[in-house]
Amino acid sequence: MKSLKFAIPLGVFVALAIFLAVGLTRDPREVPSPFIGRSAPAFKLERLHEPQATFGPEEMRGKVWLLNVWASWCVSCRVEHPLLVDLSRSGSVPIVGLDYKDKREDGMRWLERMGNPYALSAFDGDGRVGIDYGVYGVPETFVIDKQGVIRYKQIGPITPEALERTILPLVKKLGA
Amino acid sequence: MKRFVAFLLVAAFAAGAALAQSSDEVANPDPAVEARLRNLGEELRCLVCQNQTLADSTAPLAQDLRNEIRQMIAAGRSDDEIRDYLVQRYGDFVLYRPPWKATTLLLWLGPFLLLAAGAGVFARIVAERRKRSGEDSAGGMERESVETLLAKDD
Repeated sequence: MKSLKFAIPLGVFVALAIFLAVGLTRDPREVPSPFIGRSAPAFKLERLHEPQATFGPEEMRGKVWLLNVWASWCVSCRVEHPLLVDLSRSGSVPIVGLDYKDKREDGMRWLERMGNPYALSAFDGDGRVGIDYGVYGVPETFVIDKQGVIRYKQIGPITPEALERTILPLVKKLGA
Repeated sequence: MKRFVAFLLVAAFAAGAALAQSSDEVANPDPAVEARLRNLGEELRCLVCQNQTLADSTAPLAQDLRNEIRQMIAAGRSDDEIRDYLVQRYGDFVLYRPPWKATTLLLWLGPFLLLAAGAGVFARIVAERRKRSGEDSAGGMERESVETLLAKDD
């Protein structure tokens, strides 16, 4: 009994170290999204390039697609943008943009300069649709299945790792 | 000294921002709405700057959400409905007072479990010490001799 006693602080220390180590690998900005498994909130927005035409998520029924929330003022969107351009060239999944709290001219100019990976962009100037999608850190990307259910949400820029390991396999699985 | 001045400047700016925020947001604020908003906002987390409340934050999203809440209050929705609206979008994480449910049991009970464990350890140490001090103290014969020795000193 006595020989075990010295092991108690050691045990407490190891447990604490494990908890802290796990805590370090987690990103506090990644809040578990309540949207996974729920159908994508409906909206009707003007398109960025054609203000007279509208877009709503129901138009994508029957397709697996990505909804990417971006803005011309968003710095980390620049980081993920080349990745999206490559992805759209590969043609593996349609990407719809949601230009969030932006000015129309700024958004269009930004796409001209950076390349436009989007099948189309919906224009959410006042950010109301963003609120309905629980957007709090642009960029955010939703993977939406054929029935219009949100299956995955990427908060912050898509990393090559997240794309290869999570998003593309999921798209493939949902498309099958 | 330089540091202190810098600190004062930052503090002044922060105070200014906090003061400016509530007055700039709406043209002619309704005091009743603002009071309810303030009350609600104190218990809600701003998602952008996670350790600030929705009431205090100056982040653009927090402003939008405050305006959204103002409209809901004006539309006659209850506090619970407004809270639900936010939880639906951002999850329980927005609530500074998390709900009582299976996944939050440890969160609510954890501190009490730790307190109980601490009390247990404390009680054991005290009991052990008391026992040991009982064994160690000089009894009977020895005590007498000790006392006579002490008395001699005087």
